[in-house]
Amino acid sequence: MIAKFTVAERQWSLVLLVLTALAGLAMAALGAGDAMGVHGFIVLIVSLGLIFVVGGGLFAPEPTEDRRRAYYDDPIKLGLVLAMVWAVIGMGVGDWVAWMLAYPEARFDAAWSSFGRVRPVHTTGVIFGFGGNALIATSMHVMQRTSRARMAGQVSPWFVIIGYNLFVVMAVSGYLMGVTQSKEYAEAEWYADIWLVIVWVTYFVLYIRTLARRNEPHIYVANWYYLAFILVVAVLHIINNLAMPASLTAAKSYSLFSGVQDAMTQWWYGHNAVAFFLTAGFLGMLYYYLPKRANRPIYSYRLSILSFWGITFFYIWVGSHHLHYTALPHWVQTLGMTFSVMLLVPSWASAGNALMTLNGAWHKVRDDATLRFMFVAAVFYGLSTFEGSFLAIRPVNSLSHYTDWTVAHVHAGAMGWVALITFGAIYAAVPMIWRRETMYSWKLVEWHFWLALAGTMIYVFAMWNSGIVQGLMWRTYNEAGTLQYSFVDTLVAMHPYYIARAIGGLLFLTGAVVGSYNIWMTIREVGHEAKARDVPTDSEAGEPAVPVAE
Amino acid sequence: MMGLSHDAVVAIAKSFGLFYLIAMSVGICVYAFWPRNRARFTHAKHAILEDEDGPLTGEEPR
Repeated sequence: MIAKFTVAERQWSLVLLVLTALAGLAMAALGAGDAMGVHGFIVLIVSLGLIFVVGGGLFAPEPTEDRRRAYYDDPIKLGLVLAMVWAVIGMGVGDWVAWMLAYPEARFDAAWSSFGRVRPVHTTGVIFGFGGNALIATSMHVMQRTSRARMAGQVSPWFVIIGYNLFVVMAVSGYLMGVTQSKEYAEAEWYADIWLVIVWVTYFVLYIRTLARRNEPHIYVANWYYLAFILVVAVLHIINNLAMPASLTAAKSYSLFSGVQDAMTQWWYGHNAVAFFLTAGFLGMLYYYLPKRANRPIYSYRLSILSFWGITFFYIWVGSHHLHYTALPHWVQTLGMTFSVMLLVPSWASAGNALMTLNGAWHKVRDDATLRFMFVAAVFYGLSTFEGSFLAIRPVNSLSHYTDWTVAHVHAGAMGWVALITFGAIYAAVPMIWRRETMYSWKLVEWHFWLALAGTMIYVFAMWNSGIVQGLMWRTYNEAGTLQYSFVDTLVAMHPYYIARAIGGLLFLTGAVVGSYNIWMTIREVGHEAKARDVPTDSEAGEPAVPVAE
Repeated sequence: MMGLSHDAVVAIAKSFGLFYLIAMSVGICVYAFWPRNRARFTHAKHAILEDEDGPLTGEEPR
């Protein structure tokens, strides 16, 4: 890492690290006795550790690499490894929570292990830890390849990845200490939110500057999706987290919004987090890695443009479907419902485009588990966007809302679409980034695929059953006109499904562990020599002794 | 903000909003189907299949 920095870049990194160390020290001193103090120590320790790393290499010889001729892949390696680490943490905690719901003894009676604190550790761990790192790392791969240009920065990619993970660590550790601003998927408090804005703006600038040096006339559509993800998430994050800290030396803050305006702002954020974090970004992955892995260009490039604008325009309006039958004005609910139904058109255009790309190459889907991950992800994308439009219709929502049907829908999207496309993209990217011929073991990729698919199916079917049973029991009246079932009756009915859900989650988690082992062994593997290239890449790696052309 | 009533929003949606949406849809379709863009798009969708060899420097053999 440091050997590839010029001396000026090493000094600049040290200045940055000293500044963050001082900020951490100030937080630790001023926030003593509060969660903010603990976060100050975390920032301080991470900064000091990195100061030693950078300081240790400060006087190493300057790099000899020709930067004009080499992509910059080292930060991507860190991002991909961290994505898998967070996958195991986030899915592990998620499965624990699933067992806790079936067997409350798994609660263990500590303050930190209560459902309300552990559940956001799961959601933040998988969405921001696993998904976010995978998005940032793959976007750095895609932006360079599709631009045929090196990333526009040597220090800033590291700042983005390390800074982003510092945010996730602060968020997750805060929840365990009881820190929350009670906004779903935006629980982290004000100083963590401000830090994320700084990291995110750096990320956006890095992306735009890389595109600005592109050597291709046209910006490939995958970049449009990644940029929509970065830009809109910035807007959502800033507005939904507008808050007044109760004190500058403590974590607690009060939102700028209240009442139904707060609910609407939160679900405008919440659903667009699904739209632009969990959909647009991962569609960027789909549009790059699926054609690449299948070695076939995307079926219709025009359709990808039309569906891009359809998705970005329609999604922004649909958040109010989370607030059917609430204090939110009826017409706002209807607006969200209408746009949700229209959204099916561009969503299916994207899913269909992916499947049509594979049409004619089904033997590759059969033989290659990596491509099969992406194929099944596109199918689940089509299924869960259909289900989403359906659930957003108000009368359907009256049955499904507040039940496990919603949980089934979210996990069909999160496991079946987001996680599977990510695993597919990671299995496609790892051999390219580390310059290996293949993954360490294709059999383990097969194992991971079937574990993940079985886990998703068991999970989703369990929660569909549980949710619909629950919803129907809630609305069953007896002859006297009173409710037939008590709340406890519904819990008894749901119990077997909760066990099934936890088993499905365990299979999915096992797949992620198998995948992490396979990726680790691919990186460590000494048997596979680095792939020789007939162009100069890094100064140390990947070059034959004699250029092939001569 | 407080003065933004249902009627006002509907009026905006049915006048400016309608034409904004139509103009945007037409603009996107024109861009996607403009004949001169076809070559660009075709090049772009094929170019990603061979892009691991490093950045272009302008010194590549043609």
